[in-house]
Amino acid sequence: MDTAVVEPNSDGTEAPKGVIDDRGEPMENAKIVARDVNVFYGEKQALFDVNLDIPENRVTALIGPSGCGKSTFLRCLNRMNDVIDICRVKGRIEIEGQDVYDPALDVVQLRARVGMVFQKPNPFPKSIYDNIAYGPRIHGTVTSKAELDEVVRSSLEKSGLLKEVEDRLDEPGTSLSGGQQQRLCIARAIAVSPDVILMDEPCSALDPIATARIEELIENLRERYTIVIVTHSMQQAARVSQRTAFFHLGNLVEVDDTEQMFTNPRDERTQGYITGRYG
Amino acid sequence: MAVNPQAGDHIVKSYDEELENLNNDIIKMGGLTEAQIARSIESVIRRDPELATRVIADDELVDDLNYEIDIQTTRLLALRQPMALDLRHIVAALKISADLERIADYAANISKRAITLSSAAPVPPVHSIPRMSRMAQQMVKDVLDAYIARDVDKAVAVWHSDETLDIMYTSLFREALTYMIEDPRSISMCTHLLFIAKNIERIGDHVTNIAETIYFLVHGDRMRETRPKGNSEVETMNMSFSPDNKGDAEE
Repeated sequence: MDTAVVEPNSDGTEAPKGVIDDRGEPMENAKIVARDVNVFYGEKQALFDVNLDIPENRVTALIGPSGCGKSTFLRCLNRMNDVIDICRVKGRIEIEGQDVYDPALDVVQLRARVGMVFQKPNPFPKSIYDNIAYGPRIHGTVTSKAELDEVVRSSLEKSGLLKEVEDRLDEPGTSLSGGQQQRLCIARAIAVSPDVILMDEPCSALDPIATARIEELIENLRERYTIVIVTHSMQQAARVSQRTAFFHLGNLVEVDDTEQMFTNPRDERTQGYITGRYG
Repeated sequence: MAVNPQAGDHIVKSYDEELENLNNDIIKMGGLTEAQIARSIESVIRRDPELATRVIADDELVDDLNYEIDIQTTRLLALRQPMALDLRHIVAALKISADLERIADYAANISKRAITLSSAAPVPPVHSIPRMSRMAQQMVKDVLDAYIARDVDKAVAVWHSDETLDIMYTSLFREALTYMIEDPRSISMCTHLLFIAKNIERIGDHVTNIAETIYFLVHGDRMRETRPKGNSEVETMNMSFSPDNKGDAEE
């Protein structure tokens, strides 16, 4: 691990003034540590020397304009980029000290440990019950029907959906409203006891009420999980996260406590973006 | 042109216009407040109860602007959900307008006492009032200039100059005390005069608030200047009508 507080960019130039990232020693409560992460899609470089710590039991928001690399970075954390042939990831990403890109690592286990929720709710074409039971079954984390029932129940409870669906667990997951489907997807991720939950624009297809329910859920979930959320809504980032990272043109420009980022950011590019002057 | 020299224009032009309107209303309110102070002091010096009455009536204009700024800031907060510099701009406008409103109240108070003072023979300490008020007016003008230019150095300089105003107040307090001791018949008028001086001194305090707000607006941080604070307060509180203090006051 590089211990330098500030190191030059890969091309040997000094890091631009005002650029603040997490180079050097990881923060005390870091769950995920990313160092010198570079991502390429074929010839095109999508991320440049990203150094970022994700603290445990906190919500970290990744913000930035479209194409800035925030979703690319998010997908590096559970190796979702592996499914894209032309994608190459360089650098180091560790979760609790374990190298995510270790060739010996079981990617299926990694994705159980680092769950993901997508922009569009994507329940399986199965019953509500089976949507949640699917993960524990294939991972073999339960040994009896009673145990599975309990996992389904507690996952629905944690995702705030239990009261709304307990009478109709046999109905298809797709029969639920958009917001309920998204909470079902969160329950499905929770069912395999992850440490980290990644959310890629989880509310962009939802109305304000359903959005508020998800945000309330995120707030409750962070007691148990480490959450990373990509959002285009600055207000949402401000509401749900404790830490915010701003990406621009593949660079991590600035990362800081959310309160600081939205009241007095240090980099003028951050200020321009969050106040609507970017462009 | 962008209201805040630190940043460029917004993508949404109407947002810039709203922030500029808010900025202009603060400047307008500042100008009106400056004029109110000048006229209130004039009403004291010229012993002009008619002018004093007009100043008292015109305080409503400042109050109206203050209310207008309250409405504008509330609307901006609700509809634009401002962040960072924009958020500080709006919060600063809210705070500065409250300080200006209070400064204008002091001008109206001064005019109320001017009416009473004009009905009796002048007392000598009144001659110190113009110098003190010029100082306060200059501070108000300078702090508004600092606001317009987002000039933190100027704001800090104004903040420091309040010390001079405090010293002037202490000096006038001693002078008035001396007259009251020598001629108890002057007590009533000297007391009115003291309140006028105190009002001017308070104007300086609100100017320092505005200077601190400008610093926060620009830097997003608290001003950490220090100076010997509260000289006048402590000194004047320790003075009394005892023979010991008579000598002190004559120094």
